[in-house]
Amino acid sequence: MTLLEIEDLTVRFGGRAVVDGVSLTIDAGDRLGLIGASGSGKSLTALAAVGLAPDDAEVTGRVRLDGRDLIGLRDRELAPLRGGRVGVVFQEPQTALDPLMRVGRQVAGPVHRLTGLDRRAAAVRAVELLAAVGLPDPENMARAYPHQMSGGQRQRVGIAIALAGDPALLIADEPTTALDVTVQAEILALLDRLVDERDMALLFISHDLAVVARVARRVAVLAAGQVREEGPLEQVLHEPTDDATKALLTAYRASAWSPSWS
Amino acid sequence: MSELASESSVLRTFRALLREPAGLIGTVLISLLVLCALVSLVWTPYDPTLVDPAAVWAPPFSGGRLLGTDGSGRDLFSQLLAGAQITTVAAVAATVVSGIVGIGLAVLAAVGRRSGEIVARLIDVLVALPTLLLAMVLSAVYGGSVLTAVVAIGIGTGVNVARVGRAEMTSALGTDYVLAARTSGASTAWIVRRHVLPNVAPVLLVQLSLTLALAVLAEAALSYLGFGTAPPTPSWGRMLQDLQVYVTVHPWAVVWPGAAITAAVLGFSLVGDALRDVTDPRLRRQAAAAPEVLA
Repeated sequence: MTLLEIEDLTVRFGGRAVVDGVSLTIDAGDRLGLIGASGSGKSLTALAAVGLAPDDAEVTGRVRLDGRDLIGLRDRELAPLRGGRVGVVFQEPQTALDPLMRVGRQVAGPVHRLTGLDRRAAAVRAVELLAAVGLPDPENMARAYPHQMSGGQRQRVGIAIALAGDPALLIADEPTTALDVTVQAEILALLDRLVDERDMALLFISHDLAVVARVARRVAVLAAGQVREEGPLEQVLHEPTDDATKALLTAYRASAWSPSWS
Repeated sequence: MSELASESSVLRTFRALLREPAGLIGTVLISLLVLCALVSLVWTPYDPTLVDPAAVWAPPFSGGRLLGTDGSGRDLFSQLLAGAQITTVAAVAATVVSGIVGIGLAVLAAVGRRSGEIVARLIDVLVALPTLLLAMVLSAVYGGSVLTAVVAIGIGTGVNVARVGRAEMTSALGTDYVLAARTSGASTAWIVRRHVLPNVAPVLLVQLSLTLALAVLAEAALSYLGFGTAPPTPSWGRMLQDLQVYVTVHPWAVVWPGAAITAAVLGFSLVGDALRDVTDPRLRRQAAAAPEVLA
């Protein structure tokens, strides 16, 4: 079953196309890695897909979620889909959490909003979610402020927020880039487990092929706003056809990471 | 739980405020002002409006007249105490109006796309309009009264709050956590209430405490010019105006209202400045990060 279908998506800023005719399909349970260098339009593709491109961007093309075209929908109509069908995890756990709000409330807010649980039940559910993302002592953690947590812990909270509405698709936008290597591995393992357990589809965005290789089954390579190559992970890794892919592969082989599939 | 947290952070800010010399002096001055206003409600040495022909221009510290009397024999100390009422009430009321106008306009200007731009231009135009002029126009139309002065001062200072508030809110709306909230389906109203307002509150608080100082000054200026408090009610601005003509003959008399206005304005300004220092996020983060790191 097709979950998200992006067709000829183009995002322009003042006439300049930053995302240029991107087409991608994600089926239920699918795991697509979207790779590309900085500025290739990866994040913008993901944001435009949930209707959150910046105000001054001109978005054309079609984005169908569960067969329904999202482009041109009003915020009010999009709101229940955001978080409810599609959860997003951000790159910077430092800035993606409100510094003045206890993390328990930051999780409970979306739970209350998206599931209709009352506040008390939402608070309980928030603690469960904090436990599900592997935070130790979740009841105490729920009372902590973001500055009292480590980067990895903050990113776990970010994932808990993305899971609040029990989405069918999880978009992870460079979720490990701001973290050190050991924490990266933990977060990747966590995402891997959660996507399996909860039967979610995953759109994983990264500039780092090694990271994508750990969680994705298919990859699409983005360069200058266009999809240059798309296919099963192994095929793209072993028989790259595009220069952009080859450049990413060279960077990847130069790194010391030992991939899980080798 | 959240109420407790915000209360303790208010207490913490207040304690930090008292550690600053400027904050301490300002707090003492404001306390004095409020104390004068409260005491005058139940007690003044003499009726502040009582004319006593037997005691015209009594010098200070003579015959039970702590600060002397004016040309009609009215007790200056009593007038000063009673004048604190109008100063306090007008300053607080004008600041409340200022807060409502300022925060309201700032939210509209920051949130709307095209309409926000229009509101922002409106704010710019209103900022250019002098508060006192606005007050005089309103007084000319609706008659001089404390209410007119409060509304005019509230609007005049409110647009300045709005200008600062809009800039702060726009940058808060551009943060990742607001984007994150939107990806989890949060409405604009929810984002403004839960994320934007708490995060810009320190800046607004500083603006509003400085507005209190401006409001004291503006109320005195309006009364001085005859557009504020109507005659029987004692007011520092009008005392200043009444007494200034005798400055060469009875110089001490005019000093009291002048000093009172100065002290009140200084008190609110000092607290505003100190508040800005203690709520500066760069300083606050250092203080907050140190004590209780869970990780």
